[in-house]
Amino acid sequence: MPKQPDIAVNFAGIHSPNPFWLASAPPTNCGEQIMRAFDAGWGGAVWKTIGEPIVNVSSRYSSIDWNGQRMMGFNNIELISDRPLEVNLREIAEVKKRYPKNAVIASLMVESKRESWHTIVAQAEDAGADGLELNFGCPHGMSERGMGSAVGQVPEYTEMITAWVKEKASTPVIVKLTPNISDIRVIARAAKRGGADAVSAINTINSITGIDLDTLIPRPNVDGKSSHGGYCGPAVKPIALNMVQQVASDPEGALPILGIGGIATWKDAVEFILLGCGTVQVCTAVMHYGYRIVEDMIDGLTNWMVEKGFAGIEDFRGLSVPKVTEWKHLNLSYKIVAHIDEAKCIGCELCYIACWDGAHQCIYLDRVSGPIDGPVDLHTKPPAVEAATRASIAVTPIPKLDGRGDGGNATPLARIPRVDETECVGCNLCSLVCPVEHCITMVEVATGAKPETWAERTAAGECTPPAVTQH
Amino acid sequence: MQQSKEIAERFPDLHPPFEAQAAIAEANRCLNCFDAPCTGACPTHIDVPRFIGKIARDNLRGSALTILDANVLGASCSRVCPVDVLCEGACVLHRYNKKPIEIARLQRFAMDGFHAAGGTLGRKSREERPEKIACIGAGPASLACAAELRQCGFQATVFERRPLPGGLNTYGVAEYKLPAHASLEEIELIRGLGVEFRYETEIRTQEDLVTLEREFDRLFLGVGLGAAHRLGIPGDDHRDVIDALQFIARYKTADPPAVAESVAVIGAGNTAIDAANAARRLGASNVAILYRRGERHMSAFAFEYEHAKQEGVQFQWRVMPVKIDSDERGICSIECVRVAIGENGVLAAVPGSNFHFACQQVIYAIGQSPLLELLSACRGVELSHGRVVVNRATGATSNPKYFAGGDCVNGGREVVDAVADGKRAGIGIAQVLKVAPQRTSSPGAPEAAHA
Repeated sequence: MPKQPDIAVNFAGIHSPNPFWLASAPPTNCGEQIMRAFDAGWGGAVWKTIGEPIVNVSSRYSSIDWNGQRMMGFNNIELISDRPLEVNLREIAEVKKRYPKNAVIASLMVESKRESWHTIVAQAEDAGADGLELNFGCPHGMSERGMGSAVGQVPEYTEMITAWVKEKASTPVIVKLTPNISDIRVIARAAKRGGADAVSAINTINSITGIDLDTLIPRPNVDGKSSHGGYCGPAVKPIALNMVQQVASDPEGALPILGIGGIATWKDAVEFILLGCGTVQVCTAVMHYGYRIVEDMIDGLTNWMVEKGFAGIEDFRGLSVPKVTEWKHLNLSYKIVAHIDEAKCIGCELCYIACWDGAHQCIYLDRVSGPIDGPVDLHTKPPAVEAATRASIAVTPIPKLDGRGDGGNATPLARIPRVDETECVGCNLCSLVCPVEHCITMVEVATGAKPETWAERTAAGECTPPAVTQH
Repeated sequence: MQQSKEIAERFPDLHPPFEAQAAIAEANRCLNCFDAPCTGACPTHIDVPRFIGKIARDNLRGSALTILDANVLGASCSRVCPVDVLCEGACVLHRYNKKPIEIARLQRFAMDGFHAAGGTLGRKSREERPEKIACIGAGPASLACAAELRQCGFQATVFERRPLPGGLNTYGVAEYKLPAHASLEEIELIRGLGVEFRYETEIRTQEDLVTLEREFDRLFLGVGLGAAHRLGIPGDDHRDVIDALQFIARYKTADPPAVAESVAVIGAGNTAIDAANAARRLGASNVAILYRRGERHMSAFAFEYEHAKQEGVQFQWRVMPVKIDSDERGICSIECVRVAIGENGVLAAVPGSNFHFACQQVIYAIGQSPLLELLSACRGVELSHGRVVVNRATGATSNPKYFAGGDCVNGGREVVDAVADGKRAGIGIAQVLKVAPQRTSSPGAPEAAHA
């Protein structure tokens, strides 16, 4: 029996039994909710942003469904907490008293005045918050009032307010970064200059999720009008991972990172941790399924760590950061080609049409008619393949009239595509569209060429980088 | 025509329609294969991934029109096709997670939506052409042929000896698969195109045909098969010895027939099973299918056999009826003899193995003869084994005036095969007439029509 890994974290001095925190959002609106979340297993919670109470609209949320799955992407126009400040502070104190081992972070947003920030910092820390998250990321509503992303999009404001907070704060200060900016590292660096102890990334992305095609009103509909909101959920994970990687690998901005953005499973969490995050925050998945999802996040993470032999989170945190590099440092001599396992192929021919229409025309349906080598013009093209089927005469097989069929259910050879490995560029597309796991694999082929990157090639004078032209 | 309350209760949908949410979930499982095997397996080559994708993408009208473009009887085919051996049998998911897409139910979902929304068939060409085509028989082959021609602007008239159109779709399909009223609703769309129907007009003799040849530029033979084979044993002329197709037609389109306590069904094809199941549902407590060969040789589809067993139909293998015994009250029993199957599949009665199967009704479904009387009256139309010989791609017969399709050509297959034949013939006729446009004015000169 392998030793049970320890998944507790010490994030910038904040202790938590596990790396799974709830993000500042509706699931952390009040003490009653957060206590239930801790009972379910969540390690920490970032309180729904406190400040001057606001008035919300209805409706507030909208989402994108995909292929029958609900909420692939989620959008909200809800503002910060609409509850009185003193109620939130009283509940923070109560939660902290009853759940001393869980991390409770106060998310803060007030007008851009030094005294206002000093006051709220003192109030939150007096209530017992383990840390402070500065909401410089909220992209809707609050930004119109000079708060949220209006601060987070300007490095000088970010640095200044972070510094004000640090003048007063005795607990760790986390700056929450907005993705609605061309280079997230600029703001991370400003936060670091301001003295931040950590950053959390990413906040939601400006979005319009869709339009009702009957009323022509975008969603969410507030009495006939809509407003851009903040986009999150599974759809944003790749964007978040990239931004986390950018911050993690930037010497001027590197701070402990709280990963946020589309995390719904233990696998998502592991990916963020591999790119350097110390803990992760979750919102949309909980809004979809409830606090109970943390059970498998803990279980799956633990099982994976056992399988991989990791004793603690620090054992694998950041291991993938050095595996991301600039394109110019990629090995141009590395070559892979697609390999179709014909025993697994079910004959859907999705790889064939994807390669013909979306890639490099090197997968062919010529297993029966015999391979044709040579230029692409010699091969039967997709429209001709379909036309042949449409022109064929098919009849219902009737045993009495036709005799017994072989009854076999193997994929007919004619439907198993062939990869022309001499033409295959190793783009991966066929393996991505193939619905069968491990059916199409990308296999390395020895080229005999020595490893060489674009940077090395240009440095050696073999190629001249093309002049940059403006379009 | 409405389904009677009794029939509705006794013959509820075997495959209930999808709810909208379930249809969309199912549609989203479709992989959207390229050159999809389901499309290839469908005799009418319905673009299955395309119509399923349109269901998933909330384009129900587009979905139905995709189906109708390939198969004008897409609604009835969705209910009657033996999809296990057609589209669903070809689904690649058999090799993936063993759960093929429920193509038939999705097709029905699209077609039900189309009918509920009052959809109508569109034309393929706005051109109005003078040429007239007579389609003989109002079964699926003729309907598909007439619809195709009318959609291309030709004048199509359907001749039917019975009072209702649809052929076996209306008179011969088990009611739990396709109620007669659903068949008739679908045909209303074809009438809506402007196809003319002449009911209770039997084309039987050479004189009838000559008259049609004068009036019409082309004739399409979609006459199906003829009379059922009789048992040919003593007592088979008793009034309670019934032809399965007549039995089915009667319960579908007239008052449900009285069914005896115990019924013997002779034959083990799909019609025999439909009749046996119907006898059960109409109240017979004991229904047995008697078949001279074994289970492995029955011509019914495997899923039909399974269904019959669930309906409580019993099967007796390797038995042959030899005599029907009756008294003044009616049939008492059917005398059978056991059969031994020799090396080469030759059947031989086992001497002394005779036994009596007690029953009060005998339904026979041992095949139909070709309509030889009519077919041999079609001058210059070559026949082979009682079937009309055609060019499969165009439906053209050896007489350029005549085209043919459906059971009279293929010996008795499925509705979808007849639709495919009819459609190909419709296209074939349109091509010939477009190459050599004409209107028949000189009577009795079919050769002149040769293109």
